[in-house]
Amino acid sequence: MERMEKEAVRYLGYGSCEADDSTIRMIREIFGELRKTAKKRIVYRVFELHRTEDMRIGIGTMQIESRSLFKNLKGCEKAVLLGATLGIEVDILLKRYSCTDMARAVVLQACAAAFLEEYLDGCQIEIAKETAEKGYYPRPRFSPGYGDFSILHQGDILAMLDAPRRIGLTMTEGSMLTPSKSVTALIGLGRQQENCPVEGCEACEKKDCPYRRCS
Amino acid sequence: MLLERLGKELLFFDGGTGTLLQEKGLKPGELPEVWNLEHTEEMIDIHRRYFEAGSDIVLSNTFGANALKFKASGCDIEDVVTAAVVNVKEAAQLGVHDGREVYTGLDIGPTGKLLKPMGDLSFEDAYAAFRETMVIGEAAGADLIHIETMSDTYEVKAAVLAAKENTKLPVFATMIFDGKGKLLTGGDVSSVVALLEGLRVDALGINCGMGPEQMMPVLEEILKVSSLPVIVKPNAGLPKQRDGEVYYDVRPEEFAGLMAEIVKMGACLVGGCCGTTPEHIREMVRQIKNTALFPKCIRPVKKKDTVVSSYGKAVFLGRKPVIIGERINPTGKKRFKQALKEDDLDYIVKEGISQQDNGAHILDVNVGLPDIDEKSMMVRVVKELQSVSNLPLQIDTVDAGAMDAAMRIYNGKPMVNSVNGKQEEMDKVFPLIKKYGGVAVGLTIDEDGIPDTAEGRVKIAGKIIEEAEKYGIDKKDIVIDVLAMTISSDPGGAETTLEALKAVRETYGVCTVLGVSNISFGLPFRPAVNSTFYTMAMQNGLSAGIINPMSEDMMRSYYSYCALAGYDKNCEEFIRRYSGRKVEDVLRKDAKLTLKEAVMKGLKEEAYQAVRRMVKDKAPLSIINEEMIPALDEVGKGFETGKIFLPQLLMSADAAKIAFAVIKEALSESGSEEQKKDKVILATVKGDIHDIGKNIVKVLLENYSFAVIDLGKDVPPETVLDTAVREDVRLVGLSALMTTTVVSMEETIALLHKEKPDCKVMVGGAVLNQEYADRIGADFYGKDAMQSVYYAKELFAGQKQ
Repeated sequence: MERMEKEAVRYLGYGSCEADDSTIRMIREIFGELRKTAKKRIVYRVFELHRTEDMRIGIGTMQIESRSLFKNLKGCEKAVLLGATLGIEVDILLKRYSCTDMARAVVLQACAAAFLEEYLDGCQIEIAKETAEKGYYPRPRFSPGYGDFSILHQGDILAMLDAPRRIGLTMTEGSMLTPSKSVTALIGLGRQQENCPVEGCEACEKKDCPYRRCS
Repeated sequence: MLLERLGKELLFFDGGTGTLLQEKGLKPGELPEVWNLEHTEEMIDIHRRYFEAGSDIVLSNTFGANALKFKASGCDIEDVVTAAVVNVKEAAQLGVHDGREVYTGLDIGPTGKLLKPMGDLSFEDAYAAFRETMVIGEAAGADLIHIETMSDTYEVKAAVLAAKENTKLPVFATMIFDGKGKLLTGGDVSSVVALLEGLRVDALGINCGMGPEQMMPVLEEILKVSSLPVIVKPNAGLPKQRDGEVYYDVRPEEFAGLMAEIVKMGACLVGGCCGTTPEHIREMVRQIKNTALFPKCIRPVKKKDTVVSSYGKAVFLGRKPVIIGERINPTGKKRFKQALKEDDLDYIVKEGISQQDNGAHILDVNVGLPDIDEKSMMVRVVKELQSVSNLPLQIDTVDAGAMDAAMRIYNGKPMVNSVNGKQEEMDKVFPLIKKYGGVAVGLTIDEDGIPDTAEGRVKIAGKIIEEAEKYGIDKKDIVIDVLAMTISSDPGGAETTLEALKAVRETYGVCTVLGVSNISFGLPFRPAVNSTFYTMAMQNGLSAGIINPMSEDMMRSYYSYCALAGYDKNCEEFIRRYSGRKVEDVLRKDAKLTLKEAVMKGLKEEAYQAVRRMVKDKAPLSIINEEMIPALDEVGKGFETGKIFLPQLLMSADAAKIAFAVIKEALSESGSEEQKKDKVILATVKGDIHDIGKNIVKVLLENYSFAVIDLGKDVPPETVLDTAVREDVRLVGLSALMTTTVVSMEETIALLHKEKPDCKVMVGGAVLNQEYADRIGADFYGKDAMQSVYYAKELFAGQKQ
């Protein structure tokens, strides 16, 4: 089974269990729909990065206090800020299914998340190629909301990237991204090529999470 | 005067400001508008250079100057906007040396937020933010309002309305399209032009996003459909990055050459956006002045198409026949009336979706019923429909207040049903069409009733068209309904209608609509008559039939007619719909499933068939107790023990829902009362716009016979409380997805506990756990959807004892 399908199954809460045939069939159909519906867009930009003694991080005009991010950015001089979205069309489809077919709605929710991650992974490889030419190597992607990296920084990132205008990515008063299938993240850039430690799901401290990826 | 020159003379805008400010030290993320106050000299200098380069219209540095963006800035909007306008005016004094007439454009950019329902900014709040800036700008002396870089039709509508209703200034609007001619929110060129022309802006066009070369195909499309002067303001190419900096690399000479091409294509107002500089503008002006065209522009050509639109789609009438779905209408529909009374918007929206799935192009929306507040219901239904369907809507009401309110919040150029030849009606409807835009359906009836003859009806049509003209409403925005009268009382009725239909098209060249099924009123076997009449009407020039798309007879007529009349290339549509239509073998295989099995397997069609068989000889209540409940319980248990998972649980729930609908019908037919249900309120808390979790709980609770009052998402604590008190509800379920919104959850719980202590609150959501739920005072934490159902059952069972 394809990696994206596996991820979708995990997001649906199957844990280590196999998904049943009808769900798998639905997942495949929905990925087909997503390929037609989603309007993938990304905007990113490289900024200078400063880490101070007292665990503060400065990126452009943004000041961050976060232990977990500080750790993630060890040895980095620059950072890529990025925003990406699948577009409003997916939200409309989601709302439509919520009205007519709830099972399809939750499967779409999961598939869209997997689809977005896959898109970002692909973009990250491209970005890494670009930065490697200049002698910078990326750290794992880190998003507001991971660990103690406050979700409130989402607004700074959007403003610094001019994301509303460039890719239609905005947020609500409560720092929720709209369209909902969107991500903001930063990728630290260091001079040293490091073996990427496992990050993302596995690095999270919430070990009892039902959606945790089995390694 | 600007308006007199528009569309006759070429006018030059300025170029980018952001790029120049960045050179002078503006940081990414910093608010550029603050520079109007803090770096006045530099601002005036930039504007002056544009005037010197030859710009006729220079925009104030107010792109993001609205209360929403400035909330936390510590700056006063009035100071910023006033200074910005004054800066341009001062620059004009300094930079215009040839005595030409120049203009200060009040620049209005998007709010940077997404509007409801997908975002959290209400249409009214967006309107208010725009209004504030515009009123200040006019007072400060701006000559026009220039709304630009819009990527959302709904937001641009709010902005244009704010400008039109609160200022006397000319209004320009330009959108940001991608290379495929699409907005970031999905709209296309035709839908955008239809909307903006309907709102009666003075000029429209495209800016930002692309360079001049990439804009050409989009411009071509705009010119094909627009009757207004077109504005083109490209970037200096596509954005590129170098060492983390964004830059644009189309040089002034190249830019200017392309802009001269763009003017020859038909643009009337040209300038630059991101990355363009006074040099780009100077060179552009120089090269364009050397063309044979200058100082004139190519005059915009008035287009004759009748177009309605939604946020993402335009429908053209008068070409291939169009289907207007008639199902959203309570007339003669018991179930629909019940849905309206019970506030069951889901049912109504589903009627819309199924019509779209079955081939409708426009949806008629009629929610008039004596006991309900039609205005508020109309607004809610229109909002819901336009958030799940991209079909244009036909607002169908006799209540002028409801019509006004619905047209206002409609995201597009609607069809409006209806006006007629009565003076009083025309006085009511035409001002609304003029203000919001729209295509009005004109019924051929007047103070003397419906004429018996075709000539009489044609005459009324003429009167309607003439009266509309007085408002500046072109006849392309009038479609005539010559009215179908039942042949059961008037045998010549069909003939008169068809004759009138033909004559109206020939005499006035306008499009036509018809409520087709009226023709058979009072007759048996109506679909046969309706579908034949439908074909005859299309043959006589009917542009749009208001029909039931769920009726196979009607759809067969439609697709056959289109194939026969040459509207369906290679019969593709017909073949797609009808080839290989057989009873599906798959279904047959499982046809023997019992209801219980079908529900457990989550097979909707089979559940429907099984319950249909069953209601014939089994009491509805026994079906519920012996089949439905055991099936749901078993599935629920499976979910709890990790044998089945969320998608399957919901497939079963959806199948059960369909079966329950059949049982409900049987119950009401047998005259027995449905059991009184326990009420549960569900809401996603204020600030939170993710409602999938809440919707899952809703489906499950409904299957367990709870009456769910769904307050939706982003619900203020007061609304939850008010509803709980008014409906005397004992259980409220709240959902929150993020730590930032759990605060609202806590507030809501506290308010409920204080003001309605007998009401329990259960909570759920991704960031919650038992400990967190305890801390915010919840009575119950549901770690998954089934837990909420069990808690609700237990709670009400306990209360009953």
